[in-house]
Amino acid sequence: MAAGYNSISLGTGRKEFNPKKERPGLDQYVKEAGQGVLKQIGGAQNVDESAIGNFMAARFNNQGHLAAFIPMIDEGLRFKPSVRTEGACASGALALVAGIRSVLAETGEVVLTLGVEVQNTVKAIYGADILAGAGYYPERKEGHAYFFPGKFSDRAGAYYEKFGREYARKGMARWFRNAIENARLCPTAQEYQNTVKDLEALGLTEPNPRGFVDNLNVFDCSKVSDGGSGIAILSEEGLKRCGIPASEAVEVVAFGQATFDISQRPDDLTVMATTAAAVKKALESAGIIKEQLGTVETHDCFTIAGVLATEAIGFAEHGKGAQFVAEGHTARDGKIPFNTTGGLVGWGHPTGATGVHQAVTIWEQLTGKAGDAQITIHPDRPYGMTINMGGDDKTVVAIVYKRGE
Amino acid sequence: MNYTERLENVTVIGAAGKMGSGILLLTALEMTDLSLMPENKDKTFVLNAVDVSDSALKGLVEYIRGQVQKAAEKKTVALRKVYAHRTDLIENGDIINQYVNDVLAVVRPTTRMEAAYDSKVIFEAIKEDPELKVRIIKQIDSNNKNNPWFYTNTSSIPITQLDETAGLGGRIIGFHFYNPPAIQKLVELIDAKYTQKEVHDFSLEFAKKLKKVVVPSNDFAGFIGNGHFMRDALHGIQEAQRLSANMPLHEAIYMINKVGQDFLVRPMGIFQLIDYVGVDVVSYIMSVMNPHLADENLHSSLLDKMLEIGVKGGQYSSGAQKDGFLKYDKGRAVAVYCTEKRDYVSFESFATKCDEQLGSLPGSYKPWKAVNFSKGKDADLAAYFGELSTMNTMGAQLAKTYNARSNAIGRKLVSDGVANNNQDVNTVMLTGFFHAYGPINEYLK
Repeated sequence: MAAGYNSISLGTGRKEFNPKKERPGLDQYVKEAGQGVLKQIGGAQNVDESAIGNFMAARFNNQGHLAAFIPMIDEGLRFKPSVRTEGACASGALALVAGIRSVLAETGEVVLTLGVEVQNTVKAIYGADILAGAGYYPERKEGHAYFFPGKFSDRAGAYYEKFGREYARKGMARWFRNAIENARLCPTAQEYQNTVKDLEALGLTEPNPRGFVDNLNVFDCSKVSDGGSGIAILSEEGLKRCGIPASEAVEVVAFGQATFDISQRPDDLTVMATTAAAVKKALESAGIIKEQLGTVETHDCFTIAGVLATEAIGFAEHGKGAQFVAEGHTARDGKIPFNTTGGLVGWGHPTGATGVHQAVTIWEQLTGKAGDAQITIHPDRPYGMTINMGGDDKTVVAIVYKRGE
Repeated sequence: MNYTERLENVTVIGAAGKMGSGILLLTALEMTDLSLMPENKDKTFVLNAVDVSDSALKGLVEYIRGQVQKAAEKKTVALRKVYAHRTDLIENGDIINQYVNDVLAVVRPTTRMEAAYDSKVIFEAIKEDPELKVRIIKQIDSNNKNNPWFYTNTSSIPITQLDETAGLGGRIIGFHFYNPPAIQKLVELIDAKYTQKEVHDFSLEFAKKLKKVVVPSNDFAGFIGNGHFMRDALHGIQEAQRLSANMPLHEAIYMINKVGQDFLVRPMGIFQLIDYVGVDVVSYIMSVMNPHLADENLHSSLLDKMLEIGVKGGQYSSGAQKDGFLKYDKGRAVAVYCTEKRDYVSFESFATKCDEQLGSLPGSYKPWKAVNFSKGKDADLAAYFGELSTMNTMGAQLAKTYNARSNAIGRKLVSDGVANNNQDVNTVMLTGFFHAYGPINEYLK
């Protein structure tokens, strides 16, 4: 993969965001992200096919058929194949997987891969209805007004009960702090302009069940975002065609994909079993162990999901994730830096774009293009990993990357 | 008759007006919430919205629909529980729409006064005209078999006068919302001499359900809120007239307005507040209050003059400010009316000179918005006024005089028995007028 591009993540927190003023729509984000990639790969003539991840434009924007948005980016893409993928918030990673499979199958040498979502078209209370589509509709009636925060509030509640509320909330608040501090280093991040001084105190704000969910506050949640991201997936032949040296690209070492029955509840609310399965597949297929990972982009749609991910990967034992995070091991200067540009809590979560955004971040970090957010990648831990999750641990894609040689 | 039964049939008179529409909205929400309780499922709740014009009622329904939708969006978490039994309502959008429909099913807009003849509670929010109020109250009361209770939103007419002239025998109470009722937390509650205890108790329960702050006021024309505001306004007007001996009146108005807003850290200067309420309304309220005041003359010839010219202030139905003493551009004052030229003079043409005359603000000055919502408000104000008290500029002098007058007005409301104590006076000014500090303060000794 190479030639990554992120638009800004637009929504509350960004100074240019005004809910009453007109904002860019799907067209602009698809074009911006697509053209951002094309510029780095020598133009549309080098592209064999495209894939675009999007979750719910059908409801947020009354728009289906996003595959046919691709030729909007450049006339050179007319009559070339294009596919749209959907797997809730993992839609972006499914687009990556579609591109990877095509390159592996040798049906394409260069796949333009995008993710896009424009969510700020409705108020949050109606957005919650739309995002609830990532869950099982027969559960909607009994679910919370804020359906997904409700789901992860239940997970947090179970974790509190099993391992201690104060203990868990400390870890979650530290996750929030790390997210914002990292976002402040990335100009496209939604929380880039955040200036709050005591972030952990803010993260510890007591949840308010009357207005929101029982066990989470708004700082535990990812952002409501508009944005588009893009990256090119290329074979070695494709790299040559585009004139990109291997060192400017990341190698997709392996990927693991796992799915869980949407109609079934998790066996244990304090475990993200599907994430664990996808990560295990990816690491095994890559032939590496977790200690060789230099950085991880995980799907922290809620701070508790970040904590649970450290356990699902195996960095912390079951129940010890909150401590692992609270001790700073996932911070940018910790043992294993997570979400170095802020993740979903700090950078933002334009749902269908998130999986692609994660890949762009890993590409930037491994090739030294992360600007102020750059971390040091040690030679003995050269691998990066992305984990993109759809729904409540239902569709998960884990990808392992390494800088090209 | 318990609280719920009392609210089964209610009428708001003057429902399309600024105050009436807010009262209608709050009452409609409360009645709908009662109707949605399982124990009330067989009851029908009726809220008549009576006003004189059909076109105003049409606007009212649109206003109510918009406001109820916003209210429902804010309380969807609770509404999902209320509608838990409705298997057809699944998404938040379904639930919010149903709630809007349920509220609109309670509200009955009409131009016919007869609608009030079946009501048990009547909110009156018509013009501040004692004769008109009495005539309407009498008409309803003589045709209504329920011995209805009257809640009058008057801000200035003594309740006992209304009670006795209309022959209600204590079935009336002053229930004075602040503008806009849906947002302002304050309600002044005024018992007439013979107000029945049940009427009073219901008011307290109703206000509590509406999450209002209740301040009792005694039954003197103007009560606490207008008792302070009208005298404070008259002081500002008279100060401007005094200064106009040495400068054009419009410049003096600009300066006094600035002293109130900036030097006294208020949400707006006194002339802007008069415009907000309406020059005509202020003048009218003074005229209603004045006959009841033995030892002072609450009257301004300048207000008369403005009305004669036809400059009234007040607001458009959109909530935008009409021009009055000051001219507004997107809500911001940009010019001041000159009665001689009969036109507005832009601030730009003279403000620098006036600002220099007033002198600079104390170094620790922060605008009202920064002070009022800050946690360290008391310390900020103490530091600010401490600095102001040492200054002898014209602005500081005017501010000190103004604050002393405001303080004296507040204390007199207590010594006259209008307010029960200093705290009540301050609460009214803090919650009803959004002042950052009460008039009875020790900041400037």
